Amino acid sequence: MPKLKYLLFLGCAIPYRVLSYEISARKIAKKLGVELVEMPDYNCCGLPLDPADHEIMLTLAARNLCIAEQEGLNIMTLCPGCAGTLRKVNKFLKEDKHEREKVNGYLKDTGLEFKGTIEVKHLMQVLAEDVGLEKIKETVTKPLTNLSVAEHNGCHVVRPQKHIGFDDPENPKILKSLIEVTGAKCLDYLDETECCGAPVIGVNDKIPLSLARDKLSHMKAVNAQAVITVCPFCHMMFDTNQSRIERMFTETYSMPVLHYPQLLGLAMGFTPENLALKELRVDASKVVSLI
Amino acid sequence: MSEKKEAQSKENEAKTTLKISDIDMRFKNEVKKIPGGERIMMCFQCGTCTADCPIARFSDTYRPRQILRMAQLGLKDRVLSSDQLWLCAACYTCVDHCPQDVEISSVIRALRNIAVKEGYMPPVFKELAGAIMETGLAYKIPELRLKRRQEVGLPALPKANVESVSKLFNQTGFSKLVEKGGNSNAQT
Repeated sequence: MPKLKYLLFLGCAIPYRVLSYEISARKIAKKLGVELVEMPDYNCCGLPLDPADHEIMLTLAARNLCIAEQEGLNIMTLCPGCAGTLRKVNKFLKEDKHEREKVNGYLKDTGLEFKGTIEVKHLMQVLAEDVGLEKIKETVTKPLTNLSVAEHNGCHVVRPQKHIGFDDPENPKILKSLIEVTGAKCLDYLDETECCGAPVIGVNDKIPLSLARDKLSHMKAVNAQAVITVCPFCHMMFDTNQSRIERMFTETYSMPVLHYPQLLGLAMGFTPENLALKELRVDASKVVSLI
Repeated sequence: MSEKKEAQSKENEAKTTLKISDIDMRFKNEVKKIPGGERIMMCFQCGTCTADCPIARFSDTYRPRQILRMAQLGLKDRVLSSDQLWLCAACYTCVDHCPQDVEISSVIRALRNIAVKEGYMPPVFKELAGAIMETGLAYKIPELRLKRRQEVGLPALPKANVESVSKLFNQTGFSKLVEKGGNSNAQT
């Protein structure tokens, strides 16, 4: 197998608020022989400004794609929002000559030109498609057989299906299989494929917090011992905001929320400290005690 | 009829009665021109988008089907000034479920883009735009947090080329839109 090497696109939310995701992702990547190169000079993927203006989103995304083209490497992101945006824009600009010329016109002054020579993948895609479950299994030294967890896919890893083309958004199986490789059991729960609500928290907090609470209650109903996420925003909804949800609805969840690389890392034998478990807002010592 | 009741009845009438003068027949063409908005007229109002929308489940007012219908009819001012327009989470469930292959979420995004051009921009987007212009990223990451990366064994965060980003803001005309957004009418 050729050496796996990607430009790591960190985006904005992870370096701002979710370092534990980055720390653990780098640990498991190294263990799996995946080389991550720092992406120079990158900017926001563009998604946050899509509601304001589609063209600035396209242009900001295209600039990132051009940098990767110059480096001659494919991009890996940890954030589904960044992955979805860069993947869609990459496909769109490759296919639509008119839009490509327009965006290249905007980029010209910065010395860049979109050519369409690279690919973009989310961490989950890299793990499932490029590394492969078998290889991951070989690195599991401490199977987490006492653990039953719920998964929460980030919407943009799988939707919209016609633009992303990864897994089945109506019945996603890939995160489940990645979880099961660690030895943990992955439980089904009601409304599993639903969004966490995070994207609207900037304009309304009651709706997304109610939505996240609904999901937490469904996870709790099947006795999940933790939730596993692959998105910084889903993570913030369930972990950072969990105490807010508990106060708002006078309920207790005490549901640890782990990034998938933290779960896999534990199964690989990394210590909780190595994987920055103490950075989580909801105490995850219950999970650690079951290992 | 009490004054309050009378006012309410008038308000209801205003909500339920369409006036020809409120209708902009060309509005749908404006939406169709924006990528993702092309198939707006294919919507036959089945309501699958609303039924499957996780946000609609927790909101008394957010109904993507209604937004699409208002836009199809050309109720431009009503749809553009609506607070509901900003509640779509862009989870794309409606896009995957629409039997008419309408990218509902993208139509809503196209409507938002037009709303911004008309001066309706929720403050959060001005903040995001400001941060990206200043730092290249959507949040201004405090210096202490950047230093912390080293303590936890992470490489320094690459510095964005702010000059290039600023050029792109100007080239696309987005800088002007943000300035205009400063006088926003949006209440959201």
